[in-house]
Amino acid sequence: MYGYFGKRLRVNLKDRTVTVEAWDLKEGEKFIGGRGLGTKILMEEVNPQADALSPENKLIFVTGPLTGTPTPTGGRYMVVTKSPLTGTVACSNSGGYWGAELKTAGYDAIILEDKADAPVYISIEDEKVEIRDASHLWGKAVTEATKALEAENGEKAKVCLIGPAGEKLSRMAAVMNDYSRAAGRSGVGAVMGSKNLKAIVVKGSKKVALHDEANLKALVSADNKKLRENGVTGQGLPTYGTAVLVNIINENGILPTNNFQKAYFDKAEEISGETLAEKYLVKKDPCYRCPIACGRYCKVDDIEGGGPEYETVWAFGSDCGVSDLGAVIKANYWCNELGLDTISVGATIAAAMELYEKGHIKEAELEGLSLEFGNAEAVIEWTKKIGWRQGLGDKMADGSYRLAEMYGVPELSMTVKKQELPAYDPRGVQGHGLQYATSNRGGCHVRGYMISPEILASPEKLDRFALEGKALWVKIFQDLTAVIDSMGLCLFTSFALGAGDYAELYNAVTGGKYTAETILEAGDRIWNLERMFNLQAGIKPEEDTLPKRLLEEEIAEGPSKGWVHKLDELLPAYYELRGWTKEGVPSEEKLQALGLA
Amino acid sequence: MNIRVKLFATLREGRGKALEVDAQDGASAGEILRSLMIKAEDVAILLINGKDGHLDQPLFEDDLLSIFPPVGGG
Ligand code: SF4
Repeated sequence: MYGYFGKRLRVNLKDRTVTVEAWDLKEGEKFIGGRGLGTKILMEEVNPQADALSPENKLIFVTGPLTGTPTPTGGRYMVVTKSPLTGTVACSNSGGYWGAELKTAGYDAIILEDKADAPVYISIEDEKVEIRDASHLWGKAVTEATKALEAENGEKAKVCLIGPAGEKLSRMAAVMNDYSRAAGRSGVGAVMGSKNLKAIVVKGSKKVALHDEANLKALVSADNKKLRENGVTGQGLPTYGTAVLVNIINENGILPTNNFQKAYFDKAEEISGETLAEKYLVKKDPCYRCPIACGRYCKVDDIEGGGPEYETVWAFGSDCGVSDLGAVIKANYWCNELGLDTISVGATIAAAMELYEKGHIKEAELEGLSLEFGNAEAVIEWTKKIGWRQGLGDKMADGSYRLAEMYGVPELSMTVKKQELPAYDPRGVQGHGLQYATSNRGGCHVRGYMISPEILASPEKLDRFALEGKALWVKIFQDLTAVIDSMGLCLFTSFALGAGDYAELYNAVTGGKYTAETILEAGDRIWNLERMFNLQAGIKPEEDTLPKRLLEEEIAEGPSKGWVHKLDELLPAYYELRGWTKEGVPSEEKLQALGLA
Repeated sequence: MNIRVKLFATLREGRGKALEVDAQDGASAGEILRSLMIKAEDVAILLINGKDGHLDQPLFEDDLLSIFPPVGGG
């Protein structure tokens, strides 16, 4: 078999059994791999109504056919499970080196079942797979635990693990790998914690079999050239990392500030990518076989490590009204150490700040800490309290929706399907807002990054306020992203590569027969499969919406002044293009056409 | 007329972050770029007072021009 090993590991943590299963990939091409095949397994094996933190839920680590191959950025893995944050399907992917290592150990996926009776970790060295005691690692932060695991398993071992936040079942907990890379969103780290699984350590020595090596070599060199020559992937991202977006998003008046109460931050320059490069950048920190190298490694005072990304700078920066970039780097460091999603944590602190500002959270609950917008120390200290579930941090650890709900004002949580929205105010980017509302994992920017055409002029510039044509753009972007996530590549390649390029890479690696058109259809199939899981989990189509503030309150100042999001005018066209009923349910014909019925 | 210009990312090199340009009445965004020795192909996004602008768009007193090279992220 080319591109896949055709093998998956099934680990039952309760019985402590490991089974190597032959994976019949007859359906491989239909769902590609990664996100697609992971969701397929979830659909087949997990009751969508299961409690996400119960032993009934399964945790699936899955690579794509291009993971571990010489393709540019081909190192990603996906964590698929039912999300404890949203109740939807969770599929969080991560870069670094761990994913490629898992693949070259000879496995396409690991399916983790049930729950261990005491903390354990899994050690994989090609055929040798062991479940080991992890009681000495429980409670340890990410760097310390990673170092201990490297000492036990050899320096070449790649480590993927949870921090204390995952152990304490924070619904914002991430799965971390290679120290600072994160499968960050939707609380996948809490699912790992609920199974008493601290880490998976891998050493692999195999090669992924390639269908047409000569052709692949030519394609890789042509694609690398495209990536080098593209302004975004060849210049912008390598020079400044993702934080270069701070200024551009702010200049468009869509940089959410003070929990989306404003959309323009007058101190954006102080937290910009340009300032990061000038003051704090130590070096670049790229992932496996990545010619783009957007990853940053920064230092402030005695704290250093990977990041911060744009989303993180926004979450702890403008969303909390904070203009101290050093404090943002420290909060990011603590998220990495405690194993937390920076977007949800920053946004939850921002929501708590508004709850305090409006008098819902009382002074007595703060135990002497500040929850005032703009307080730099607060973002660092509350991050730690969330990770350790201390004081009010315990209530915050399950995300802004549950927090705001406790105070009787869930509308102050800037979430979709209970997951925190990222760093773009949708009132000034109408297509992106439609994508937020319809994302299969709740508030998310990387299910279909409409910022690309609506702001960054890639592949072409669209009027960001216009509604016409946006539903189709959103659908195509969502489908293409599902393809990239399923292949095992990084989404950032899509600034320079298109559906046809991905199809060619897939075919050269696996011997498949995709075209640009049919590969997008595979993306559509994966999207619909996720939708089916969500519907069966009891997520209502009415939840395809945005926080009331974004639908009803006009942006008060700045370049997007006067705008609200016009979801009502976009959603029917989107449902229709998807082949869904007016109620947002995939029609029988649609499911049949996609081979899902 | 006075035009305010904000430059970002690599366009700042050798030019600075923010400038005030004294331009002839009716000058276009493209003419301002030329006076700053910025090549049109190096500009990916051009905002005039925070709204999408064009190179041939005429400017008015105190307009704000924000100019970005190709950048991306997510
Ligand atoms: S572009 Fe950035 S996130 Fe993507 S693979 Fe490269 S370094 Fe990693």
